[in-house]
Amino acid sequence: MHRSPVRRLAGALHRRPGLRLTALLSAPMAWLVLAYLGSLGVLLLSAFWTTNDFTSQVEYVWNTDNFANILSDPVYRTVALRTLGIAVGVTVVDGALALPMAFYMARVARPRSRRLLLVAVTAPLWAGYLVKAYAWWVMLSHGGVLDWAVGTPGFGVPAVVITLSYLWLPYMVLPLYAAFAQLPDSVLDASADLGARPWRTFRSVVLPLVKPALIAGSIFTFSLSLGDYLTVQIVGGTTQMLGNVIASDVTLNLPMAAAVSCVPVLLIVGYLLAVRRTGAWENL
Amino acid sequence: MHLNRRSRIALRLAMALGLAVLYVPLLVVLLNSFNASRSFAWPPTGFSLRWWQAAWQEPGLRTALWTSVRAGLGATAVALVLGTMAAFAATRYRFFGRQAVSFLLILPIALPGIVTGIALNAAFRTVLTPLGIGFGLFTVIVGHATFCIVVVFNNVSARLRRLPGSGEDASADLGAHTFQTFWYITLPAVRGALFAGALLAFALSFDEIVVTTFTAGPGTQTLPLWIFDNLARPNQGPVVDVVASALIVLSALPVWLAHRMSAP
Repeated sequence: MHRSPVRRLAGALHRRPGLRLTALLSAPMAWLVLAYLGSLGVLLLSAFWTTNDFTSQVEYVWNTDNFANILSDPVYRTVALRTLGIAVGVTVVDGALALPMAFYMARVARPRSRRLLLVAVTAPLWAGYLVKAYAWWVMLSHGGVLDWAVGTPGFGVPAVVITLSYLWLPYMVLPLYAAFAQLPDSVLDASADLGARPWRTFRSVVLPLVKPALIAGSIFTFSLSLGDYLTVQIVGGTTQMLGNVIASDVTLNLPMAAAVSCVPVLLIVGYLLAVRRTGAWENL
Repeated sequence: MHLNRRSRIALRLAMALGLAVLYVPLLVVLLNSFNASRSFAWPPTGFSLRWWQAAWQEPGLRTALWTSVRAGLGATAVALVLGTMAAFAATRYRFFGRQAVSFLLILPIALPGIVTGIALNAAFRTVLTPLGIGFGLFTVIVGHATFCIVVVFNNVSARLRRLPGSGEDASADLGAHTFQTFWYITLPAVRGALFAGALLAFALSFDEIVVTTFTAGPGTQTLPLWIFDNLARPNQGPVVDVVASALIVLSALPVWLAHRMSAP
C-alpha cells in the first residue's frame, strides 16, 4: 500500500511520544531560552562589569563595585525606599477599595447585576495604560476637574499612588470577587447563629478565608508598582522611582542600570517566596 | 449572609464610589476632547469638534497606528504558534522540568517591563546589530511576542485540561492520522481559547510601551510611543486627548467580544 509522506511522518510521531514532545517544546523553548533567558543572563552578567567614567565604554572586568555603590550611596537607598513605599501604599489603597466592591459584587448584588458589575469593573482594563495615566494627569492638573471640585494634591508622590492604584484596581477586585463568590453560605450562617454581628463575621470568618485572594491581588499591585517608571514621569512631577534610575542609566551606564534593576527583581522574588506558603499562587 | 440595612447601604455606596472612581477620569477625557479651550480649564467653556479634526489630519498619528497594528499582529501570530505548542506539551505530557517551563513562560510578564526591556535592548545590541539587523518593527515584534506567549498558553492549556481525550482516541480508532485528528478534532475544540488568547495578546501588545521604548529604535513609533512623545508637548494636549478618547471608545469592542464569547 502506498503511504504519503505526511502519513508516514504522522505514524512516526504517533509511535514516539518523546519525539512529539521534543517537537512541541523545541520552538517555544528556543525562543524563551535564547531570546529571553539569554538576554536576562547577559544583563545579570553586565551588572558585574563597570563603565569607564571618561569614555563611557563598558569594561569587562569582573567586580561588585556597582552593588557596593547602590548600598553605600544614600540616593539609591532613598529612591529604593520611596519606590517600596509607593508600592505598599498602592497595595493598601487597592485593598481598601476592592474589598467592599468585591464583597458587594459577589454577595450583595442580585445575580443578574453580578455579571454586569464584573464587566463594568474589568472594562477599563482594555482602555490602555497610557490613556488611564493621562486621564489622571488631566484630573490632577491645576485648573482641572479635581482642582475645581475639591482641590488637587498636584503632581508628586500622592498623585503617583492615586494613579497606580487606579491602574491596578481591577487586578485586586477580580481575585477577591472569585474568593467571595466561593464562600459557602453555611459558614456565614453558622457565624450568625453563634451570635456574631456582620462586622464580626467579616473580620473573623470572611477575611481569613479570602486572605489568599487578597495576597494574590497584592502580588499584582505590588510588583506592577515596583517596576513602574512611566506613571511617575506623567504625574510624579520631579519624583524618581527605581524605574527612572534604571532608564536613565541604560544608554550611558548599562552595568549600573543592570545592577539597579536587580533591586526590584529581588524585592518581587522575595515577596513571591514570602507569600508562597499562604496558597496565594493558586489564586493568581 | 444577612446584613442589616445600614451595612447594605454602606456597601452599595462603596460600590458606587468605586465605579465612579473607575469611570469619572475616562469620562472627563472624553468630555475634554470636545472642550473648546486648549488648556482643559474646567468646567468646559464651549463645545467644539476642532480637536477631532486636528487629530484626523495629524500625519504621524496614522503611521503610528499602522505600526502598532502590524506589531500587534506579528506578536500575536508568533505567540499563537509558540503558546499553543507549549500548552500542548505542558498539558498532554509529563516530563522532567514541566514546572520550569511554566515558570519560564510567566517570567516575562512577572518581571518589571523595564527589566525585560533593557535586557532585550542589551541583547539585540550585542547579537543583532553585528548581523546588520537594526532596531525596528522586527525587534518590537520579538519583544512583544516574548510576553504575549503566556496569555495564549494560559488560555489554551486551561481549555486542554478540560477537554476529554475520548474524541481524539475515537478519531485515531477510525483511522485518522495525527495531523488529521489535530485538524478535525482538537483544533475546533480549542478554537475559542485560541481566539481569546489572540485577543488578549493583541491587546497586550497594542498597549505596551515600556518594552517597546527599549526595542523600537529611533525610526519606529507605535501608538503608545506617539502618545507619550506628544504628552510632553503642551500644544499637542487636545490632540492627545482625542486619541485617548478614541481608544476609550474603541475599548468597548474587546469588552463586547469577550462578553459574547463567555455568554452561553
